[in-house]
Amino acid sequence: MSEPVTMLETPIKIEYEFTAGLAQSRYLKGISEGKFLGQRCPKCTKVYVPPRGSCPTDGVPTTDEVELGNTGIVTTYCVVNVPFQGQSIEIPYICAQILLDGANIAFMGLIQEVPTAEIRMGMRVEAVWVDKKDLGPTMASVKYFRPSGEPDAAYETFSEYL
Amino acid sequence: MAAASGGRRPVAVVSFAQSDMVRREELRNDVEVLQPVIVDVFEKVGLTKDEMGFVCSGSCDYLVGAPFSFVSALDAVGAWPPMRESHVEMDGAFALYEAWTQLQEDDIDTALVFSFGRSSMSELGRVLTLQLDPYYVAPLWPDPVALAALQARALIDSGRYTEADFAAVAARSRRDALNNPHAQVKGEQTAEELMGDDYVVAPLRRHALPPITDGATAIILAAGDRAAELCERPAWITGMDHRIETHSLGARDLTTSPTTRRAGEAAGVVEVGDGSGAPVGVGVDVAELHAPFAHQELILRDALGLGEAVAVNPSGGALAANGVMVAGLVRIGEAASRIMDGTAQSALAHATSGPCLQQNLVCALAAEPAGDGRR
Repeated sequence: MSEPVTMLETPIKIEYEFTAGLAQSRYLKGISEGKFLGQRCPKCTKVYVPPRGSCPTDGVPTTDEVELGNTGIVTTYCVVNVPFQGQSIEIPYICAQILLDGANIAFMGLIQEVPTAEIRMGMRVEAVWVDKKDLGPTMASVKYFRPSGEPDAAYETFSEYL
Repeated sequence: MAAASGGRRPVAVVSFAQSDMVRREELRNDVEVLQPVIVDVFEKVGLTKDEMGFVCSGSCDYLVGAPFSFVSALDAVGAWPPMRESHVEMDGAFALYEAWTQLQEDDIDTALVFSFGRSSMSELGRVLTLQLDPYYVAPLWPDPVALAALQARALIDSGRYTEADFAAVAARSRRDALNNPHAQVKGEQTAEELMGDDYVVAPLRRHALPPITDGATAIILAAGDRAAELCERPAWITGMDHRIETHSLGARDLTTSPTTRRAGEAAGVVEVGDGSGAPVGVGVDVAELHAPFAHQELILRDALGLGEAVAVNPSGGALAANGVMVAGLVRIGEAASRIMDGTAQSALAHATSGPCLQQNLVCALAAEPAGDGRR
């Protein structure tokens, strides 16, 4: 009798046509104009960025659009030292949660132009955009964040976003 | 085994909402499609999400190609403060079954059930192929239309029905859908006219196939006295059961639906009488059957013993709009609506899942709670 079959490969491929949705489309349009657009919950007044069209706390539509600043606070961070397949950034690099001024939720961003040993919670940072002619509806329009040179934010100002 | 309600706590559908069912949501994402439906289902009974004892949803991550998409869908409901919440990777009708079970525990009185799906984002035929036996069937990539065509061919070969019968089902569905503002496929064509359609996969012509649909739906269940407070004519669930057949297609008789019959018996709407073994439907004014393909309605009617007096799919059924993960829960909502609006005293809703009616759920509804009448 021949060898038993112990493994079977069944390749699977499905293609998707992604639609971002109304709120995220607004956000991506803002990005292509070099600005961050959030949306405010009419009930709890929190500002979400990127907006998803709904307040995840109250479950109501976020209809009020808010333009946010170009600066924010590093609430927490991680220094990436481990290489992995598909890595496009030279290690070590810093990945941080950034709370934009005027927003009530932090999002993830790349931090550059600072030695990894100097990154810290509360550091003030600013977005660095690609050249105006290269702006598009993609997060690649934001090259990275870098220290803005402002004094660090007090812990109390971002502690509730950790 | 679920039995017709004796001794159970009476639970009723008190509110139902659905989005317009469309071929493709060009602009809105899942949350944005779902949100107005959630708002609507609460407004109809003046409730808020904070008053829900339990929340259960049905959806499929493969439709949008995003893992845990059901978690972000909760943004449409609001998930703070923390709530009792669950999800099934199945049609919302099966989520409703879970909620109905939860409501048998006396510490909660209400539950929100919802489901959503945008089938337009991918190749639906390929997505649904992934639910097949992964060793011997899925690698061949038979799509749902091809499998349904095998079933339809077997049904014709049995001598019970013809292609003209399939066309008659489609013609009636499209005509009834003219009265359903949410339906997607509607029209006045006669069965004879529809017989002019080309075959998609023989013996299924275009009209015997369901449309590809994007949409969302929601239902609120309430138990006992709470149901009567919230709704003038609650649609009481008098029995509910679901059954599953083997996923080995070759081991099934595709021309019958024994699991539908058994679920119907357990739900108290089917009796098998007088030694002939033929099922007989009992106490059903209206039946909403989740038959994505025209010939499947005929198989389901036979399994449930539905006579000519029963109004089948007055909403237009799944041939008029077939939101994957949505259409089964819509059947329960539409059947309940006929009771809530006073046009029926009793109704039956059916939901299916899997290829060729593999899994079947039957929900019996009535204007009066069954069993001992305890609320």
